[in-house]
Amino acid sequence: MNKKYLIALVAAVALAGCASNGTKNGSAGAAGSEGANGMNGNTNGSPTAIGGDAAAAQAAALEQNKIYFAFDSTDINADGENVINTYSKYLLANPTAKVRLEGNTDERGSRSYNMALGERRANAVKSELDAKGVAAGQTTVISYGEERPADPGHNEAAWAKNRRVEIKRQ
Amino acid sequence: MHLKHWLGLFLLLVSVTARADLEVTVSGGETGALPIAIVPFADPNGTNFDIAKIIEADLTRTGQFKALPRTDMLATPSQPSQINYANWRQVNMDNLVIGQLTKDANGRIKARFFLMDTLRGQQVLGYDMPAATPDRMRSIAHQIADLIYQKLTGIKGDFDTKIAYITATGMGVSRAFSLVVADADGYSPHVLATSREPLVSPAWSPDYTRIAYVGFDHSQSAIYIQTLATGKVRKVVAEKGINGSPAWSPDGRKLAVTLSFETNPDIYIIDLESGARRRLTTLYSIDTEPAWSPDGQNIVFTSDRGGQPQIYQMPVAGGDPRRLTFQGKQNLRASYSPDGKSLVLVNLTDSVYRIALLDLASGSMQYLSDGPLDESPGFSPNGNVIIYATQDGNGAELATVSLDGRVKQRMHQAGGDVREPAWSSLSP
Repeated sequence: MNKKYLIALVAAVALAGCASNGTKNGSAGAAGSEGANGMNGNTNGSPTAIGGDAAAAQAAALEQNKIYFAFDSTDINADGENVINTYSKYLLANPTAKVRLEGNTDERGSRSYNMALGERRANAVKSELDAKGVAAGQTTVISYGEERPADPGHNEAAWAKNRRVEIKRQ
Repeated sequence: MHLKHWLGLFLLLVSVTARADLEVTVSGGETGALPIAIVPFADPNGTNFDIAKIIEADLTRTGQFKALPRTDMLATPSQPSQINYANWRQVNMDNLVIGQLTKDANGRIKARFFLMDTLRGQQVLGYDMPAATPDRMRSIAHQIADLIYQKLTGIKGDFDTKIAYITATGMGVSRAFSLVVADADGYSPHVLATSREPLVSPAWSPDYTRIAYVGFDHSQSAIYIQTLATGKVRKVVAEKGINGSPAWSPDGRKLAVTLSFETNPDIYIIDLESGARRRLTTLYSIDTEPAWSPDGQNIVFTSDRGGQPQIYQMPVAGGDPRRLTFQGKQNLRASYSPDGKSLVLVNLTDSVYRIALLDLASGSMQYLSDGPLDESPGFSPNGNVIIYATQDGNGAELATVSLDGRVKQRMHQAGGDVREPAWSSLSP
């Protein structure tokens, strides 16, 4: 299943949560085709969720919880924006939900500098969530620097997987 | 508290995870290295302890000595009266070390050694070392190496000192970290603390009795000080965000640290007695990895205020930071030589991280290692050797390099990455 379609479904779940008190967003459904083809990365679309699939789709979408970075960079790319959008909607729809933003780096460079770089990456993600209206109390930031690699390799393929922020639901 | 202190169990852990052995690589010529022959000690009571081998490894690690291979020795005297000096002069061995090991009634081992000048046919040193149990004999060997080193170079030896380092094993949920203390040559490792969460940045107190390090407790970093004799752990600071890079002031009364709770990572000075805290850097950049000058007047640190991480220096009293490094894309994690005249640091040039020496007076930089992923350098207590962490195909391990870059020793370790070596000061 298309990853972005899953993300769209999560958006639907989030909006369905808002709709439960009878204020369904007027744009819901209109963006369905965008959500379905996902070509432009717009995740505001809201196809109609069907029964229990929605919960599964939400869980699946929230599993996409890693935002990747270029070397010594804190810039968030389009894939990263999608992950942040998914989580911002989840957090807005679930005001008691909390996430921890874990910043990580690859092994290159010194360990303490990487600890700082990991925090800077996690803060970059937090800033985006803040900007989307997520309450500050729903997010905490921690950096593990280069201490917790996702891939133990010593090559660019491994490093690319290790330069990441992981969003962990608490 | 997540940190578990397994002092009572460390022997078990050590036998499984921290058995060290040593590999010496000598590259380049031997210009300036002093020839020395260290004869296997006589062993009439069968201690089967090769003390000469340890002394030889200590002396050659500095790059200042060239040892005669045992296969080239024409004789193996153990007392001055047995020496045929012409034998040793023929192979240009001006300096000769001989000795013997005996056991006393309690099973303790007694080492006696002589350092001989073969040109004059005279004794230069001769000592009966204190009787020691077999487990203390490596320390006795290091003490003998210290005596020889000091006699021949005029510089206090630092072989009978300790290093601390961090090991990491496993991935994901099975990842585990240990803080380990070992002899300066990597042997006799003891695990001081273990944790499922990262342990980082060990640093010895100048008086040799405590180690500061960074740990995580329930996903919150904190700086701890552990007293070696008692195992007692004190939490020094645990602010929101980063609590990192502890560095002891030369008088042992303060820690320079990195904290990020106010805005972004900055350098702070913490008075350990009063707890008073003073912020040293204020710019909106990453400022981290503080290190004190030996006179306690200046701090060097890593900052990316210019775009890329570079080394800056500023007075501890406050003032304008001055950039010290201009060569290479990045320069990181600097620390001072014991004489304060140079820095050892990590330099990134052409995608290769190497250990380099920066001469503070001239600003010239000299590479000591080949990379590609070398890190965490620091001077030995007497300043004649650099210890650092390096990567090979099997993971991270520790290495030493002589100041001329010519002699490298690698400390291999079974099971896990070894990193962040910190060398203690000379014994008080």
